[in-house]
Amino acid sequence: MKELKLKGKVWVFGDDIDTDIITPGKFLSNPKELAEHAMAPADKSFAKGVKPGDIVVAGRNFGCGSSRETAPEVLQMLKVGGVVAEGFARIFFRNSIAIGFPLLECPGVHAAFQGGQEAEIDLEKGTIRNLATGAALHGRPLDPMLLQSIREGGMMEVLRRELREKAKALRPPAAP
Amino acid sequence: MGQTIAEKILSSHGGRESVSPGEIVDCRVDLAMGHIAMARVAANFAMFPRELRRVWDPERVIALEDHFAPAPDERWAMAQKIIRDFARQMGLKHFYDVKAGICHQVLPERGHILPGMLVVGTDSHTTSYGALGAAGTGIGYTEMTWVLVKGRLWFRVPQSIRFDITGPLPAGVYSKDLMLHLLGRFGTEAAQYKSMELHGSAIRAMDISERMTLSNMSLEMGAKFGFTLPDSKVEDYVRNRSREPFTLVTPDGDARYEAVHPVDARGLEPQVACPHSPGNVKPVSQVAGTPVHQAFLGSCTNGRLEDLRVAARILEGHTVHPDTRLLVSPASARVYRDAIGEGIISTLLDAEALVMNPGCGPCFGAHMGLLAPGEKCISTGNRNFKGRMGAESAEVYLASPATVAASAVRGKITDPREFQ
Repeated sequence: MKELKLKGKVWVFGDDIDTDIITPGKFLSNPKELAEHAMAPADKSFAKGVKPGDIVVAGRNFGCGSSRETAPEVLQMLKVGGVVAEGFARIFFRNSIAIGFPLLECPGVHAAFQGGQEAEIDLEKGTIRNLATGAALHGRPLDPMLLQSIREGGMMEVLRRELREKAKALRPPAAP
Repeated sequence: MGQTIAEKILSSHGGRESVSPGEIVDCRVDLAMGHIAMARVAANFAMFPRELRRVWDPERVIALEDHFAPAPDERWAMAQKIIRDFARQMGLKHFYDVKAGICHQVLPERGHILPGMLVVGTDSHTTSYGALGAAGTGIGYTEMTWVLVKGRLWFRVPQSIRFDITGPLPAGVYSKDLMLHLLGRFGTEAAQYKSMELHGSAIRAMDISERMTLSNMSLEMGAKFGFTLPDSKVEDYVRNRSREPFTLVTPDGDARYEAVHPVDARGLEPQVACPHSPGNVKPVSQVAGTPVHQAFLGSCTNGRLEDLRVAARILEGHTVHPDTRLLVSPASARVYRDAIGEGIISTLLDAEALVMNPGCGPCFGAHMGLLAPGEKCISTGNRNFKGRMGAESAEVYLASPATVAASAVRGKITDPREFQ
């Protein structure tokens, strides 16, 4: 079961960070290159500088554009703890939930943070605190069903478990 | 309480009498379409116990090779091979290889899309099927894996917003111009998580091809579904392509909309989305004269026969400006063949256009026509994000097939009405 509380240093981005910024199309065939160029059109230092557990703070419409699941996936690969944004584009939102990558929608979050400050997030309560300034914000907590998907590590984990159990039930019992 | 199109389709597929916005409903899916992302679905299936590696219904899953077609390098060749093998192993009834064309053209033209269907695809522009009254929406490969196993998926019932568009559009102004106008006026988030319905005399007057451009780019406004109000033109289009029974799903008279926006399109002028957002829209008069190094006519947004026809009418008797290259990619093999039959391809070649195979390549900077640093391109595609078609310092402008053709002739952004 995955932890629903996050703490990390933030990277701040603006509005309309699209999927071509998060994972530029020309690197799609190579996961390593993709990770090296993640967010590059918006911040070239991100891919190199990001540390496990860091948190992305962004403005409105984060993840707009294509349905490429590489977008949340590359952030997960770089071990980003999660994204807190003023708002998310629909497919990015769904893809994140599907792979168990934490998200929080929180109006006002963009103005409340500067790059490098530390944030503490409680996904269940939908709260985020700026540990540098003490500012506390309330976002929109995820629906319990979606929180459960994050807790379980995403849809693939659930599917694999279900199918493993089903396969076990289908196999003939071992000879006595 | 009346229901919108989205509410009706989600309630019927969720086995419910009615649903309301905000509810999460587990729905049966009618059709699942996967393109290049299907390679990742295949990899996911390989993690399942061997005896359970099967899709819920091989007749309702379509695999298709349109992104990176034909393969530009060995990696994509491998990914495409994985999809071919997967389609065979799963016994999929419908598999379209690189020769067929772009998913959002191939599926409707081959009669796979019926009004009232709930369709998911591994492509954001799956909203295109809204032009046929089907609820189409994009998902990623993890969710597609789930759908292929279970035949179902969760949906949050969206709020619906309605645009009542008064027409007709003036001569030289097309549905692409209308869509860009909506994007500029209401913004790229106006339909975030929402179902868009486009009603009104302007929509009624449009053929299916023009409506598909609207449904396609409703995604650029964030839409989950993008319907144009289905009518007898939809019935005719579908009956000519499918023998399956269907009924049109239309909203109730007392359906509830979060917002209703009246738009008068009678005085509209051609529109151009400027770098680097589909929402950064200006009337063509404000950007006319901007030099363009490349012009692109194609994509799921505007690569249909009707689009090529409009461009050919402008290009007839002219040649593309020597400092500009015009790339044309018909949206499907059938569009290509029909365009040859009508003499359109000859006209384009006479005008010194480069006519390429059908596919998604140029539109998203995959291959076939990338831009060098500092170059400008005018495109009939759907996105002009930074770096979308090549170099990060390249600039992409979005416009109608008419504006793209006129700009190719003059070598600079041009009002197509100068060619009437």
